[in-house]
Amino acid sequence: MRDKSGVEKISKLASLPLSEKEISLFGNQLSKIVGFVAALNRLDTNTVSPTYQVAGKVNEFREDKPSGGLSSKEALSNSPRTIGKYIVTKGVFNVK
Amino acid sequence: MKQHQQYEPVIGLEIHIQLNTKSKMFCSCSNNIWKEEPNSITCPTCLGLPGALPVPNKEAIKKCQLLGLVLNCSINKVSKFDRKNYFYPDLPKGYQISQYDKPLCSNGYVVVDDSKIRIRRVHLEEDTGKSIHTKDGTLLDYNKSGVPLAEVVTDPDIETAEEAATFARKVRELAISAGVSNGDMEKGNMRFEANVSMRKVSEKSLPNYRVEIKNINSFKFLKNAIEFEIERQREGLLAGRKLVQETRGWNEAERKTFSQRSKEFENDYRYFPEPDIPPMEFGNDYIEDLKKSLALANVDPVIEKVQKGTSSAEPVRKQYTLDDKGELSKVALKVICENPKAVNDYKTGKKEALKFLVGCIMYKTSGEADPKVSLGIIKTLLAK
Amino acid sequence: MLNSFLTIKDILAGYKRREFSSKEVFDLCYKNISKSEGRIGAFVTLLDREGLKLSRNSIPVGHKDIFSTKNIETTASSNILKGYKPPYDASTVKRLSDKNFVCIGKLNCDAFAHGATGENSDMKVTKNPYDLTRTPGGSSCGPAAAVASGFVLMATATDTGGSIRLPSSFTNTVGIKPTYGRVSRYGVIAMTSSTDSIGHITRTVWDNAYVLGITAGFDPKDATSSHREVDDYLDTIEQGILGLKVGVPREYLENIPANIKDRFYESIKLLEGLGAKVVDVSLPSTKYAINAYYIITPSEISSNLARFDGIRFGGTRNKFGGEAKRRIMMGTFSLSAGYYDEYYLKAQKARTLIIEDFKNAFEKVDVLVTPVSPILPPKLNSIIKDTLKTYMMDVLTVPVSIAGVPSLSVPGGFIDDEGKKLPFGIQLIGNYFNEKLLYRIGYALEQETRYYETTPAI
Repeated sequence: MRDKSGVEKISKLASLPLSEKEISLFGNQLSKIVGFVAALNRLDTNTVSPTYQVAGKVNEFREDKPSGGLSSKEALSNSPRTIGKYIVTKGVFNVK
Repeated sequence: MKQHQQYEPVIGLEIHIQLNTKSKMFCSCSNNIWKEEPNSITCPTCLGLPGALPVPNKEAIKKCQLLGLVLNCSINKVSKFDRKNYFYPDLPKGYQISQYDKPLCSNGYVVVDDSKIRIRRVHLEEDTGKSIHTKDGTLLDYNKSGVPLAEVVTDPDIETAEEAATFARKVRELAISAGVSNGDMEKGNMRFEANVSMRKVSEKSLPNYRVEIKNINSFKFLKNAIEFEIERQREGLLAGRKLVQETRGWNEAERKTFSQRSKEFENDYRYFPEPDIPPMEFGNDYIEDLKKSLALANVDPVIEKVQKGTSSAEPVRKQYTLDDKGELSKVALKVICENPKAVNDYKTGKKEALKFLVGCIMYKTSGEADPKVSLGIIKTLLAK
Repeated sequence: MLNSFLTIKDILAGYKRREFSSKEVFDLCYKNISKSEGRIGAFVTLLDREGLKLSRNSIPVGHKDIFSTKNIETTASSNILKGYKPPYDASTVKRLSDKNFVCIGKLNCDAFAHGATGENSDMKVTKNPYDLTRTPGGSSCGPAAAVASGFVLMATATDTGGSIRLPSSFTNTVGIKPTYGRVSRYGVIAMTSSTDSIGHITRTVWDNAYVLGITAGFDPKDATSSHREVDDYLDTIEQGILGLKVGVPREYLENIPANIKDRFYESIKLLEGLGAKVVDVSLPSTKYAINAYYIITPSEISSNLARFDGIRFGGTRNKFGGEAKRRIMMGTFSLSAGYYDEYYLKAQKARTLIIEDFKNAFEKVDVLVTPVSPILPPKLNSIIKDTLKTYMMDVLTVPVSIAGVPSLSVPGGFIDDEGKKLPFGIQLIGNYFNEKLLYRIGYALEQETRYYETTPAI
């Protein structure tokens, strides 16, 4: 992530538009952070399995019963742009 | 002629099927969204508002597993949800909750005209919202966001466009018979993606590229699109062109596929386990019950016809091979002994219990028992 | 007796005895606010006193501005959410309001809770009521400052890596980071889904225990919330600590400056005096916790902040502040193809070892006691300039977050620095769901020292 193209690639993946200044600033900072966390490599985890969740739960399900929800007024209430009952965005920024 | 036969198609399908649960996949919004006003069936969770959290629908999981069973898959004992991260306006959270390396079902197959098409996996995920591109911008309706989707992924075993369409139709029938989808093509209950490539007839290995045709929503279009693509690729290869990995769409009006984007910008989905949803474990008892309920689902339409006295319409399943009354009585007696609660229920007037008992007979005979005969036998035995 | 610095316990008793009315209590809080909020800067949004609907038993509460409050602006202290009004309440907000806690405002924090000094807020800088030239700690700077200043009786907050414990320790208040999953996260703007813990800050231990009894418990809207029954956190709170085994993990005392270390050991002596037995223990994976944390955290953040696309709410992504952008970039990198195994997966393996450390320790002792912070409340505009230095402020609190065990920060007294008496805190770490014991120990310590009687001169 040290070089400019590396940072640009990540910013594209993260849909985070960065200025030229930010790209060079982040390049520096991120390298430092990467160095900092890389210390983890010294820890021997060969025989260790990962823990993704500490809650220790399994099988938390919901009954198939419809209830609740927002009115369309509430759903649209924070949208910067609407047309009728649709929420609108100007372009498609990353083609699916 | 000889030139034409130099290359053969290698086809795999991904089929998305909307499950007919009452509520959405990760929230309690209604799953009945057809023709509803835009953005009228949402909640903080399916709208992707800050702070909202997903809770999986038990019935959607069950239906996905039932679908896996009719597709001859094994039901995995351990499973989980993962986040598939990408940006698109109709994906409110900026990630889709899907399944990556531990799907609910794997390793199944469907036989199509003597050909065995292997099914790699059937997994569960949530649908996205709907986007309509206009000159004023993209209009977004999030009613569809969060609808439960089962995704069926085949191995690249399909050899012709015709076979692909037949396979897709068969999957639809099986999904309906299992009671997991309404299979309403008009409502978009099913969508297809075809992966098409060509290889030299002598080659055994898979080609080093794949063209993905996305967003096909009818069997006819599926066949047409694959046919076109096969020819397009064949022509290209014969002309010495190198074919690249890409995504294409189908234009029915012009009857051709068109490039949507090259895979240069390969989408890195950065899958990681969904931290907001605990993993899932399924025991043997649960899986056995699923199999039983499947046998039951197949029995229903036949029993109802018998009880209503209508003449036999097309049976949902193949011909039953076991109708010997002596044999079936033995099985029926066992079922009665093993299910005292159901017997009691029937005797206290719960007619549903009868269906359940017949279902048990079906299950014990691996689906071979004639349900009509079984029904008669059980009724007689219970009357004693 | 209605005085400037009340406790919830006082209020409940006062209401019962009809000594004063809720109206008077709220008036008092607003009086404190109008006197000192200008200098402290705890609130992002302060509700109009006249608009509040009070009942006979209402108690004033402030919510950290990452808790969704229906129709009340919720910004996460970030420019990208300016003007956002959630159409729903967080479950915790609702549970509290059902038990008479009336929200009087939204409290400042580091934007999206990313920070340890409060200086990453896009809205304002909150000052430490005990020294206005210093930070009150973060990310829950507003909640801690508001409680310490007598603006509210209690403030909700979140602790993902130390964000409740650190500001509590810097402001002479009591902060609980409950067991992960003890309190519902539904409606709280997510930072790190696998460590976010919903807690609160009060002036006393009793108050804190009382509130947890309200907020704790399974929520069907949060699949990670625990089904475990909620304890009565108050019934044994006065029991004392005779015979309890207190572990001091040696790794937590390395590199701690002498002034903090000395005062810390005084508190340990105090616990011994109250009947506890002190044991030396070791948690060898401790030194890797902070590295693992700064991989796991940005990774989940990068995904949790993906919903901020400016379409259904909020501004466009360029409106994120510097720290949020940094974490999104770092997280996207850690999860990306080719790096996932080396970073995210490795960190989750380290997590397994850290959890094992705690498990082993709790077989020998009932509680672990450590300092909360390796430094005193820093001067404004000092640490924030150095990202890594800011990250290191969490070094004593992060292992707890990774494991998901509960921790209570209680006042440990004051340390002189440049002529000011600066608060510092003691961290009590318990086994999963053992908050009840933490309150018992905290109460014993508190009643012996009575630091809550000291209030800031503002």
